[in-house]
Order: sequence, then structure tokens, then C-alpha cells
Amino acid sequence: MDAAKRYFRSPAAVIGLVLLLAVIAMAISAGVLYPRDPLALAGRPLVWPFTNPRFPLGTDNSGRDIAAQIFYGARISLLIGGVATVIAVAIGTLIGAFAGYYGGWVDNILMRITEAFQTLPNFVLLLVLVAVFGSTLTTVTIAIGIVSWPAPARLTRAEFLSLRNREFVQAGRTLGMRDLQLILGEILPNALPPVIVYASVVMALSILLESALAFLRLSDPNVASWGNLIGLGRDVLRVQWYVSAIPGIAILVTVLAVSLVGQGLNDALNPRLKSR
Amino acid sequence: MRIIGLAGRRLAASIPTLFLILIGVFLLLQLAPGDTVDALMAQMGGGDAATAHELRKFYGLDLSVPAQLANYLWHLVRLDLGFSSIYGKPVATVIMERLPPTILLMTASLSFAFFFGLVFGVIASRAVNKWPDTLISTLGLIFYATPSFWFGLMAIVAFSIYLQWLPAGGFEDIGEVRTGIFRIIDIARHLILPTLTLGLIFLAIYLRIMRASMLEVLNLDYVRTARAKGLDETRVVTQHVLRNALLPMVTLIGLQAGTMLGGSVVVESVFSLPGLGRLAYESVIQRDLNTLLGIVFVSALLVIVVNFVVDLLYARLDPRISAEG
Repeated sequence: MDAAKRYFRSPAAVIGLVLLLAVIAMAISAGVLYPRDPLALAGRPLVWPFTNPRFPLGTDNSGRDIAAQIFYGARISLLIGGVATVIAVAIGTLIGAFAGYYGGWVDNILMRITEAFQTLPNFVLLLVLVAVFGSTLTTVTIAIGIVSWPAPARLTRAEFLSLRNREFVQAGRTLGMRDLQLILGEILPNALPPVIVYASVVMALSILLESALAFLRLSDPNVASWGNLIGLGRDVLRVQWYVSAIPGIAILVTVLAVSLVGQGLNDALNPRLKSR
Repeated sequence: MRIIGLAGRRLAASIPTLFLILIGVFLLLQLAPGDTVDALMAQMGGGDAATAHELRKFYGLDLSVPAQLANYLWHLVRLDLGFSSIYGKPVATVIMERLPPTILLMTASLSFAFFFGLVFGVIASRAVNKWPDTLISTLGLIFYATPSFWFGLMAIVAFSIYLQWLPAGGFEDIGEVRTGIFRIIDIARHLILPTLTLGLIFLAIYLRIMRASMLEVLNLDYVRTARAKGLDETRVVTQHVLRNALLPMVTLIGLQAGTMLGGSVVVESVFSLPGLGRLAYESVIQRDLNTLLGIVFVSALLVIVVNFVVDLLYARLDPRISAEG
């Protein structure tokens, strides 16, 4: 309860939460407000925002409603960001936990692999994965998860290293608990809080990665994604720059909201670090 | 000398990592639909199965996967990255042609982000929780959340289309031939917007780290000593705090080298710069897997080299590191 009180005392954290809830509300209400396919033709192409009450945010190059695409895009961004984060954190905690708990050669091998993933630029690996497995919603999400796990793995490993010889773990060992029980049941719950806070960073980066991929037309072209719309708007950038501008603001607001919430959680859970 | 030995040992330790990456990506690319020959045949406008078979034999693609891998690594040891069928040149040549704009862009962005991150970080830490700090920290958060390609597009709209101050893309003006200083100025003008675009997110990260690191060092005892012996604030900051506060910033250069290279893929596409990142994108689109693998190798190598340099810098900034080694 203390943590919640501390969270709401920070204006930045509250703003972040409000923005995030607004984006989530957009994602939920998309189907109700815009029952038609957001990628279907809706009217004349390139209607400027605020000129036609039917299209408050205007239409894109091929006459599709931008507002509808923004609402549905919130779904895609949150979905890809969320699922990719779960994948990255799951792989990361697992690898970090085993490396930190066992140490020795297990740690050596796992950390070598982590290092390899960190040496190869994220986005280049993402391009390779997309080149190999194609760019559907599922493959893109999994690919983003796969390129994002090293940081959570390192964090989990560091936590495990500091926790593995504490009294409560030794007590468990004396009670005859098996390694897996100790790792999952005893140490992991204690190691998890910083990792969960870090998940907000992973999520922010995942949303940015997906939008960059979509902008390059390497993400799923059959869904209304903000990055897709920016890429499309690039063709008419000279005059109708609003087609690219509007979805960019949506991405900015979402990533900002996720980061603010993450930072707020971090400050609320580690009050001693707050002064920094 | 000891510093070089220490950094050298870390450099040697990264060679297995490099091979791990190459083997992994090589095996991964085996799963890709279509190979070099398919891409080549598509460029030629199709052909019969016999030609395809001949070509596969010529490129050694009829061998088993382990044999192909051994072949590739053996060529690699002699710095031969294979042949790009799309560009009709050796991959090494294609990459070397594309490397300079990327290196230039990365160096410029890094310098921009590092310098302004440092300055803003120091300003924010000197006025902690007052309005300059709030302003800088807020801007940092917004820059961090800004998709770089979007910022680039908006910068083009503002500075190239409306104000017409700067070129919208390309590496240099190909309309007229320039030499010497005029060519340098021309290239610099072309690189202003890409540098800002790529550097923005790193500026946000650097200023945040610099601020935190300054606040931490400012609380240490030796700073109190420096103040107590009567030094004014400027001298305390520039001569005592800065050097120690810089350490995390330098670490970050090494950690972010890969991210920066990845970011240049997007930025080079926005500004149609003929660099390595754009080459990576093109080779994905054109299914030029040989070139893609070459880029993987070169970019991993680049990250390793940057980290080597960072190790040296680090030891220079903090003598304790080489003393302990």
C-alpha cells in the first residue's frame, strides 16, 4: 500500500498512467467506435484533418480513415509490445536464473550466448529473422521477443548471484528441496521485482522496434499499424505531411506512457533510489 | 602497456563470440526460403532447372550444410565474404563501399549525443529539481520516446520542404562535381539532419545517465574535501567531479554501439544515405543472403572494435582499472 501511495505522489507517474489508460481505452473501444475494417476505403483520399466531421483526423493516400487506423493501431502496438515483452522476459529470466544459480560452466556457456546476442545489433538480427521467417504479426512479435531477452537475462543473473547463498535459500537446501524448486519457488519471486520494472523498458523498445520495422514495410502489411501508416504517409510527405505526423504522435505518447509508468513503479518500489 | 594487454585479452575473448554469431546466423539463413541462385535466376528473368543446378554447383550450394559452413568460415579467415549475385561484386567490396557513410554518421551522432548529453546532464544536476532540471529531464523523456524515423521525416518536412535550408536526403550533391573543402561542406550539410535524427534517442539516454552519475559523485567525500579547501564550484565540477562522472557515460558508448548501428538502418533509409544500414535493408528486400551474412559479420566486428576502444578509454580515465588487472 505504501508503494501505491508513493506512486501516486509522483506527478510524472500519474500522467504516465493516465496516458497509458487512454491508449488502452482506445484499443478496447476501436471495435465499437469503428466497426468497419480500418483498412477499408472510407472516403476521398487525402482529406486534411479537422476539415470533414466524418474524418476528424483526415484520410490517407488511398482514402482510409486515419482516426480508425490510430485506434486499431493502439491494439497492434500494445499487443506486439506486450507479447514480445512477455517472451523476452520469460526467456531472459529463465536463462539468467540458470546462469546465476549454477554458475561455473553453465554460467559460462549461457553468458557467451547472451554476449553473442548483445554483440549483434538488435535491429540487424531482427532483419535477419524477418528475412528468414517472413513478416506476419506472429513472426514479427516472436522475433522482437527473441532480440530483446539479453538485458533481462543479465539483470536476473545479477539478482540470482546475490540471492543464491542467502540464508533462506540455504534453509531450503537443508530441507532437501531440489534445484528447480529452489530456483522457481524460492529465489525467483525475490529476484523478479526489478525484472518486472525493467519490463517497461523492454516494452517501450519493442513498440519502437515494431514501428520501425513497419515503417520499412517489413512488418505485417495486413494490419492497421502506426508504423505502416507512417511509411505510407512518406509517399505524400511533401504536402500531406499529416498522414505521417499523426501516427508518430500516437507512438510517442504510448512509449512515453510506458516509460513513465515504469519509472514511477521503480521509484515507488525502491524509495531509497528516488533522490537520483 | 598493461592497459593494452588487458583490453587485448578482452578482444581475444570476443573472437569465439564472433564465430558463435556467424555460425548461428549462417544456420538460421539456411531456413530462409530461396537461396542466392534463386535470387540470381529471378534477376536473369528465370531459367531452367539444369542452369540452376549448374549455378548451385558453381557457388558450392549443392554441398551439405556443414560442408557449406566450413567452406564459408574457411573463406572468412582469408577475409573473403563470398560473392553478391545482386551487385555482381564480392561482398567485401560492396560493404567497404557502403561503410564510410555509416561510420561518419555514427561518429557524428555519437559526438553530438555525448557532448550535449554531458552538457545538459551537468546543467540538470547543478539545478536538481529546479526548472532547468525539470525542463531538461522532460525533454529527455520525450526524445527517448520519439521514433527516430518519424523525427527524421518531420525534420525533412520542416527544414527541407518548408524552410529549404537543408537537403532532404542523399550523401552528397550528385548534380555537380565538387572537390576539396566544398565537397566536405556539401557532405556535412547532408549529414546534419541524419545526425540529429540518429543522435536524439542517445542524447536522451546520455543526459539521463550523466545527471544520475553527477549527482552520485557530487555526494562523495573527496568532493566535500575539494569544496572545503576553498575551490569554487566551477573548478570542483570541471576538475574533480567530471572525470569520475564520465565513467558510466563511456561504458554506455560500448553498450550502445550495436543499438546505434541498428538505428542507422532506419535513419539511412529515411535519408537515402548509401550506407551499411541501407545495404542491410536492401539485402533483406532483395534476398541477397550472402551480403546479409557479410553485414552481420561486419557489424558484429564493428561493435567489438568499439568496445575495444572503450576499454582503452576507460583505463585512461580510471587508472585503478589497469592497476587491478
